[in-house]
Amino acid sequence: MFSRRFMLAATLAAFVAPGLARPAFADDGKMPVVATFSILGDFVKQVGGDRVDVTTIVGPDADSHVYQPTPADAKKLTTAKIIFVNGLGFEGWADRLAKASGTKAEIVVATKGITPRKADDDEHEHDHDAKGHEHDHDHGKKGHKHDDHDDHKHAGHDHGDQDPHAWQSVGNAKIYVSNIRDALIAADPAGKDSYTANAAAYTAKLDALDAEVKQAISKIPQERRRIITSHDAFGYFADAYGVAFISPDGVSTESEASAKDVARIIRQIKAEKIPAIFIENVSDPRLMERIAKETGAKVGGALYSDALSDDKGPASTYIEMIRFNANALSNALSQ
Amino acid sequence: MTLYDALIAPFMEFEFMRRALIGVFALALGAGPLGVFLMLRRMSLTGDAMSHAILPGAAIGFLFAGLNLYAMSLGGLIAGLLVAVGAGVVARATELKEDASMAAFYLISLALGVLIVSLRGSNVDLLHVLFGTVLGIDDATLLLIAGITTITLVTLAIIWRPLVMDCVDPVFLGSVSRAGGPSHIIFLALVVLNLVGGFHALGTLLAVGLMMLPAATSRFFVRDLSALVALSTCIAFCSGMAGLLLSYHMGTPSGPSIVLVAGVAYGLAVIFGPAGGVLSRLLPRRHLEA
Repeated sequence: MFSRRFMLAATLAAFVAPGLARPAFADDGKMPVVATFSILGDFVKQVGGDRVDVTTIVGPDADSHVYQPTPADAKKLTTAKIIFVNGLGFEGWADRLAKASGTKAEIVVATKGITPRKADDDEHEHDHDAKGHEHDHDHGKKGHKHDDHDDHKHAGHDHGDQDPHAWQSVGNAKIYVSNIRDALIAADPAGKDSYTANAAAYTAKLDALDAEVKQAISKIPQERRRIITSHDAFGYFADAYGVAFISPDGVSTESEASAKDVARIIRQIKAEKIPAIFIENVSDPRLMERIAKETGAKVGGALYSDALSDDKGPASTYIEMIRFNANALSNALSQ
Repeated sequence: MTLYDALIAPFMEFEFMRRALIGVFALALGAGPLGVFLMLRRMSLTGDAMSHAILPGAAIGFLFAGLNLYAMSLGGLIAGLLVAVGAGVVARATELKEDASMAAFYLISLALGVLIVSLRGSNVDLLHVLFGTVLGIDDATLLLIAGITTITLVTLAIIWRPLVMDCVDPVFLGSVSRAGGPSHIIFLALVVLNLVGGFHALGTLLAVGLMMLPAATSRFFVRDLSALVALSTCIAFCSGMAGLLLSYHMGTPSGPSIVLVAGVAYGLAVIFGPAGGVLSRLLPRRHLEA
């Protein structure tokens, strides 16, 4: 069903697009660029500053995994100079949308150079391991090469074998920033000094953030650094900061949980005395609340994973988002 | 595995299983009689149409108030009632038949809903948010379902006579009373209410399943109206419990499991049902022998 609707949208886009092709620079002289989702959009804004006009396709609080592009999105692409995508199979619709829109924009994969983490195909991986975060996750040496995202199945949230949520580690965010800086300089050499300065300033902020998160987590006792959350998006965060995230229904935001799954999670929380349970901003919270009540685990509120909040929310920028998540974790886990 | 482990232990150990069971029981109490009446009035597909009519209203409620039980229920209720009353009024006041006017109204409502959802831009997978899971029934949802069931049963008791009469002999009812029209509209309102309750527990489409499948199944066993209602409610109970246990032991999604158990019961009834089932028609009957 998803692919059929997608094809319709893409076909429509192909008809609409040629009439909309316009010069690459907008009237105000800013370089128009597109980022596929809100977190990436924030990175681009930070680096681009005044010189670029950033449009994001999947907005705040929306789920990129199941996003359905519209003809308006194709229009945004045709006017853009650069299209930033996350890659690692995160937004499978982006490549095809770009092709369908006939855009001449360069597609930049922001995760280039990041060591991809293997997605947890099996949520049992953490199940009986109290120190789940000490797993060796360094699978990067095998050299993942995934240029062709079209072959991935995107009906669910199946990214193949790579976990795309690389931005959840602040260390990776710095790689995003340098990739974005290089791409902006390549497209707009006149702004080189500005982009370099912005990127350096932002990277310094990210370093400070990284230290802040590490310090906050270090205050939590080792054996309490375990939570349950509804969406398996925090693998990179787990690796970088040593908090084990246990997921109730695997790597999927779509498949419906069975009574068996829920029963297993409840038993597990009780058996391992997992102290907290977190509800995400993009999935059904009622089930999580039910589990929390039944186990006596603390409900830690929402963690932001795939999307920023809107301007009024607590996580309207990447830095705020990470800080918010770290605070929520340390509040719930430190007694 | 002992019988206790298979049937009782899941409910003893887990509160969410108990809540799911109570939720399904409450739904079955209201849905059983309503399904029978829908079937008798040849409106079996109306339930499905109504569930589509509810969806846009619930979506609008969600867009305005977020994942708020009452806003979504109210939105669904209003949209459903508009369609039900609109279709009922058009069917009774004009030459157009009920099914055609119902189709017209629910399609308009559905198209409107899709349009509104698209206008919002933000694209959280709405179905995922709108359709509750029976495993995550909280206090508010449970109270909502129980309240709806209570209203349904009390109202059915009040309009029972005109409703039955309207099913079997509407012309006669029209000649002695004017209660036919109002009772029909009230009945449709009850269907909408129950579907709204059902979509929090099972998702709209599945709520219709718990309404119609047991009614159609019980038709193969009994012909008396009271017996139909009792048996249909009982089958809905059993499907709910069996579906939950299936989901617990086999790891299948709970909503579809419940409806599929009801579907299996229906399939068996079609073949083996004593009152008009396939076998009972094919096999010669003893009392016809000379």
